[in-house]
Amino acid sequence: MAVEYTWPPRDQTSVLGGSHNKVDGTAKCTGAAKYSYDINPDQMLLARALGCPHAHCKIKSIDTSAASKVKGVHLARALKKPGDEIRWQGDLVAVVVGETEGAVAEGLAAIKGDYELLEVFVNEEDLKAAEAAKRADKSGGKVQLQNEPEDENKDFENQEIERLFKEAAVVVEGYYGIRAITHMCLEPHGSTCDWRDGKLTAHLSTQNVSGTAGQFAGPLKITTDDITVHCDYIGGGFGSKFSADSWGTKCAELSKELNRPVKLMLDRDLELKNAGNRPSGFANVKIGADDQGVITIWDSHHWSTGGFGGGSVPQDVMPYVIVPPNFRRRVTNVKTNTAAARAWRAPNHPQGSAMSQTAIDDVAAKLGLDSYDVFLRNLVNVKDRGDVYAEEMKIAAKLIDWKAKWHPHGKGPAQGSIVTGLGMAIHTWGGGGVPSGCLIKIHPDGGVESFAASQDLGTGTRTVIAIVLAETFGLPVSAIKVNIGSSKLPASSPSGGSITVASVSESHRHGGLDALAQMKKLVAEKLKVEADSLVAKDGRIRDKSDPSKGLSWKEACSLLGMNALEVKGRGAPSPKSKLSSSGVAGVQMAEVAVDRETGVVKMKKFVAVQDMGLVVNRKTAESQIYGAMIMGIAGALFEERILDPKTGAFLNAEIADYRLPRLGDIGELVVEIYEPDSERARGVIGLGEPPVISPGAAISNAVCNALGVRVGVLPLTPKQVLDTLKARKA
Amino acid sequence: MNPTELSAHGKSGVSRRAFLKGSGAAAAATALVHGPGLVAEETKPNVVSVGLNTITLDVNGKQQKVDVEPRTTLLEALRLGLNLTGAKPISVDGSSGGSTVLLGGKPVSANSILALECIGKPIVTVEGLGGNSTAISGEIAVGAIDPVCRAFVNHDASQCGFCTPGFVMAVKAFLAKNPKATEAQIREGLNGNLCRCGTYANVIPAVVDVVKGARNGS
Repeated sequence: MAVEYTWPPRDQTSVLGGSHNKVDGTAKCTGAAKYSYDINPDQMLLARALGCPHAHCKIKSIDTSAASKVKGVHLARALKKPGDEIRWQGDLVAVVVGETEGAVAEGLAAIKGDYELLEVFVNEEDLKAAEAAKRADKSGGKVQLQNEPEDENKDFENQEIERLFKEAAVVVEGYYGIRAITHMCLEPHGSTCDWRDGKLTAHLSTQNVSGTAGQFAGPLKITTDDITVHCDYIGGGFGSKFSADSWGTKCAELSKELNRPVKLMLDRDLELKNAGNRPSGFANVKIGADDQGVITIWDSHHWSTGGFGGGSVPQDVMPYVIVPPNFRRRVTNVKTNTAAARAWRAPNHPQGSAMSQTAIDDVAAKLGLDSYDVFLRNLVNVKDRGDVYAEEMKIAAKLIDWKAKWHPHGKGPAQGSIVTGLGMAIHTWGGGGVPSGCLIKIHPDGGVESFAASQDLGTGTRTVIAIVLAETFGLPVSAIKVNIGSSKLPASSPSGGSITVASVSESHRHGGLDALAQMKKLVAEKLKVEADSLVAKDGRIRDKSDPSKGLSWKEACSLLGMNALEVKGRGAPSPKSKLSSSGVAGVQMAEVAVDRETGVVKMKKFVAVQDMGLVVNRKTAESQIYGAMIMGIAGALFEERILDPKTGAFLNAEIADYRLPRLGDIGELVVEIYEPDSERARGVIGLGEPPVISPGAAISNAVCNALGVRVGVLPLTPKQVLDTLKARKA
Repeated sequence: MNPTELSAHGKSGVSRRAFLKGSGAAAAATALVHGPGLVAEETKPNVVSVGLNTITLDVNGKQQKVDVEPRTTLLEALRLGLNLTGAKPISVDGSSGGSTVLLGGKPVSANSILALECIGKPIVTVEGLGGNSTAISGEIAVGAIDPVCRAFVNHDASQCGFCTPGFVMAVKAFLAKNPKATEAQIREGLNGNLCRCGTYANVIPAVVDVVKGARNGS
């Protein structure tokens, strides 16, 4: 019988799409879950790194001699040599290994560094200054015009764009931006490395269990078969933990050298300075639109920094989702004395959204139109899923009561100094899976276990796998023992780009259905029926129409004989697959209250309507969306990396100084999953990134609607708001 | 150097509690004597030695011996000395709430207090809330773990989970003080804990549920 790789219809599921507690929820909520930071092998030594105090300098010397003599210190070593250039503050220059935290701290304090200071540039927002400092590079762009030049008109591009702006009913020009933020993983980057008998076990805090083992091989002069990367739990990654990193391999080398397990986790400030930041983005935007707000021409220039090497928000997210038929976009890369940017949940989309969907809202403001209507009309300029956006907009508007609450920009009633406003934005993401493997074992006593070198970022990977296999075998979720988190298991996808759930759902459903086919064959032979007539349901493999005819799961498994049934699962997501797909829409609407006297913005209500194909676990899916909204509120109202423009020092690299929302800052959050049959039929699509994209623009638009003035650059801190209001008055 | 025994029992028969009463709870008031292997003699109760000392901490209802230096934080003593790793090192100070434990019934950041200061005071860590099992299972029996942990699980109030133990302990302390907290009070009173994944929206109904459950006597 050919196995058909599909999901059961909605009305025939038993656990798929339900609301399930995370299978590892108890471990996480009782402190039993062990993170890399928590692994304490016998005889373990502690290591800490020293960061360079200067943002740009040359090393003259790093003297570790005094540190080596500190009681309890086993080793103090420079990680840089004289002449090496340091290009951002906090780059690791030395490491100390010792018996206790205190000894290591004392050792670090005893290290003497001598540096030759070099010119620093960190203020990428000031493009003119960046150009003057020779830190700005034009990095291309794109022009798309419907009309073609009639002859060899070299100035056609400028003339045509000028003509389109002249013909536009309204022209809006604005400056928009979003400052750099850090990943701020609460478990910093690092590892506990255990070298024993020529083999390495690296308890690495990683989003990439399958892909990091090989990175230790070169530095340790061994081959990957002698390396195990282990990560049962990871305390946040958000795109910053795909690599073993220099401090990861250093930790392993130290363990080998000292022949003791070594734990090297970054201190909080070094974590923020080194181990992950999201590029900023600033843009000058000019838009032409018709009198209904439909955009006819877009012209933008954006710039940003991806760190010392440059790099930037790429051109293709401008304009974002709503792309008119005529546009020109240009990009400039700025090099700053900051660490290299890393992928940050939905890379580049939040910046694209914040720099362009704000501008679209300004078109509505200028025309005195309802933002909802302007976004709706501009769906003609959306390439994919225009109908999904329209439906999601309807649902979101109803949930936030848009029609009743709407007022034109700046025209709402004020209560003292408090004004309220509404704003919205739309987003898109891929979320398709990648080829991944797994192994499924069915034991003769009925036990079921699965193995894959995947990881759980907090999205509930274990639970997703358990649900997929439970549904496949007709068993309760608790009957499936899921094993992930070791590189010795069958290779699976890294967790980034929202690919995990689609990847593991594909591989485990594939393998599960193949295993079930073999189980059905055994049962069919025993009962002398056709395997095709059997179904796995309610803990039995039984006749589709006659539930009494069949065997319990346990009885069926006993037919396996002595050995477990082992089946490999191969996930091969493709456009043809009925199990998974790629590409989602998503709409968010925010209601805020702004105090014109203090500049404080408060979230009142925030609605997210999100499609994700087929929902595997409703409870964790909703949590992902709530979490993304809160992370989005952080970027919209609170967090930014603050650098001293003169020295390049990272001024807020501690949790007390780096502002993030707390429990009391989130207002009322409403999540609605959009899963009509048409979406469910597309199969599983990843969800982690999309809902984190829109909050910046949606909240900025709500603030603009409240104030009648655009606060162009996120985060909308009280200072930003007050400065903007002051500039407007002047 | 062998760790020196700081607990005062033996010859003079002075109880540890009496010893501590004499020494004052604050380690800041404790005189440090430099030099190897100095013993905290019973006749000089205010003296502890630089280097390792063995102290006894009252953790989760058990008297547990642990080697600490005068500068060892409670967090280091718990995590590295006793392998109780539920409390997490997230910030350098108390600003993340990640290392929250109960000390004498009150919430403290274990990374902001010295282990020596905690002698003789009952310490409750998240591991003390009944969740000693590392078993991976989404189904929890009532009574198996603390109602706060159970509500966190049922409301999916953890994502990566790294902040969760600290959050659970903060909620525990908050509800001990405010057993009938309203949602508005919950939103006001639990701002000491930082979560990066954004579980606040799940924590709020979890805490509301615990209040309701307590009211219903479950």
